[in-house]
Amino acid sequence: MKHAFSRRGFLARTAGVLALPAFARLAQAQTPALAPALDPRVQAFARGALVRPGRVTLTLPSLADNGNSVPARIVVESPMSAADHVKAIRLISDRNPEPVMATFRLGPQSGRADIATRVRLAGSQRVTAVAECSDGTFWYDARSIVVTISACLDES
Amino acid sequence: MERRVPGSEQMNWLRAALLAALISSCAVISSAEDRAIPLNQLRSGSEFLSPELRALQADAFANPGMLWVERGAKLWSTPAGSAGQSCASCHQDAAKTMRGVAASYPRVDAKSGFLLNVEARINQCRSERQAVAPFRYESDDLLSLTAYVNSFSKDYKINVVIDGNAETYFEAGRTLYYRRSGQMNLSCAQCHEENWGKNLYAERISQGHPNAYPAYRMEWQSMGSLERRLRACLSGVRAEMLPYGAQEYRNLALFLAWRAQGLPMESPGIRR
Amino acid sequence: MTARIQIPAQAKPGEVIEIRVLIQHPMETGYRYDDAGKPIPRNTIRTLNCRYDGIEIFSAELGPGIGANPYLQFTTVARASGDVEFSWVDDEGVAGSERQRLVVA
Repeated sequence: MKHAFSRRGFLARTAGVLALPAFARLAQAQTPALAPALDPRVQAFARGALVRPGRVTLTLPSLADNGNSVPARIVVESPMSAADHVKAIRLISDRNPEPVMATFRLGPQSGRADIATRVRLAGSQRVTAVAECSDGTFWYDARSIVVTISACLDES
Repeated sequence: MERRVPGSEQMNWLRAALLAALISSCAVISSAEDRAIPLNQLRSGSEFLSPELRALQADAFANPGMLWVERGAKLWSTPAGSAGQSCASCHQDAAKTMRGVAASYPRVDAKSGFLLNVEARINQCRSERQAVAPFRYESDDLLSLTAYVNSFSKDYKINVVIDGNAETYFEAGRTLYYRRSGQMNLSCAQCHEENWGKNLYAERISQGHPNAYPAYRMEWQSMGSLERRLRACLSGVRAEMLPYGAQEYRNLALFLAWRAQGLPMESPGIRR
Repeated sequence: MTARIQIPAQAKPGEVIEIRVLIQHPMETGYRYDDAGKPIPRNTIRTLNCRYDGIEIFSAELGPGIGANPYLQFTTVARASGDVEFSWVDDEGVAGSERQRLVVA
């Protein structure tokens, strides 16, 4: 019987596993957790404007049994009128190799500022949702989440 | 039961009592033989998931496995081969003809005597009826059609035939289930029968039922077959992963289906 | 690429409706290796937008921080009957689209 196992495949997979800690180090090498409002990745989105806590509610489970697809919901209190609405929402990770996870653009036609998606998280961390309003103000909410890893190696 | 026991009244009573004891002890043995896990302790893998993943499985729109089911629906009526035959050409409306069918797989093909899972049954149709190359294992096409067929067995209770010409396969599957393997020297039973419900790091060990497959696994970030899941377990105990299509997987799948008999089918399930 | 859109079958003018979309896409991060040890190149959906009756009502810039087979849910105000149409492009330049009719009455 022909078996799928090969020395080459094993070495390659092992290389993949060995690369994981390197990936984690890369992630940790980024700026340690600052207050979200002072986080340069948040500041970059706000272009120097003051980023205040409030108005935004980020819902994330506190524990995820896999980081590959974690439900996230962002709701911003806003009348969503032509004069006063949310223009954009950005999701920022403080541990993923690419901190900007997504940017959503909406407007008065949205009716509500209420967005849900499923995010990918490279380990336990804090996720920040920042909303940009039409009056030039920025608001945020941040949530910490523990991401567990599987007990069993899967090389299928 | 009417049974005439010769002898005195007292002896009759004693014999009857002994007989009753014997029958009831036999009943205990035979029910242990009938079920690896008592029916009232049978737990689908979904009961071991986080509430978020359970909600995702229950969401008929957002369940990502539905992407494969939808693709399978298109494939069902797409002609293949020079005769221009599609699945629908013979099997018409899958919503009617495939209802509950997957709950009885794996099953023995009467003509060839082979044990077929749904994937093999689809590929048998491709080679014998459509005269086209079989789908590759774990290809999106095969996963999609399997997921589509299995979706019509959702909520049907698993019920497989294990006697007659299935018995040899079943016994081979049972042997494999209780045999230790890999560098960790573990059998399937040591995790999924003796230790289910206990924690292994952050996760709870499930009973190892096949009712969600093909399933969307978060680990894979994709749909995958039961064979792939079995391969994952083999790699988990550091055993050799048998190639896709190996007879051992089907034998084991038949044993697993019997072990899970009475559990409702969940495909497309969501698993960690 | 299979994609699914969910909107209400019918809406009243001025009603805020929920729009859900699910797209089959690996959202490959660029941080994984294949069986031969070669890095798998990044391929994620970069931009996604939604037009309703010809007007853009929502857009998103996505990347590896969004899970495989991306799911999005947002809202809009129902105005008139028209198509809700999604279109997206990934890193390999592959574009996809999917539409569904919204009936407003």
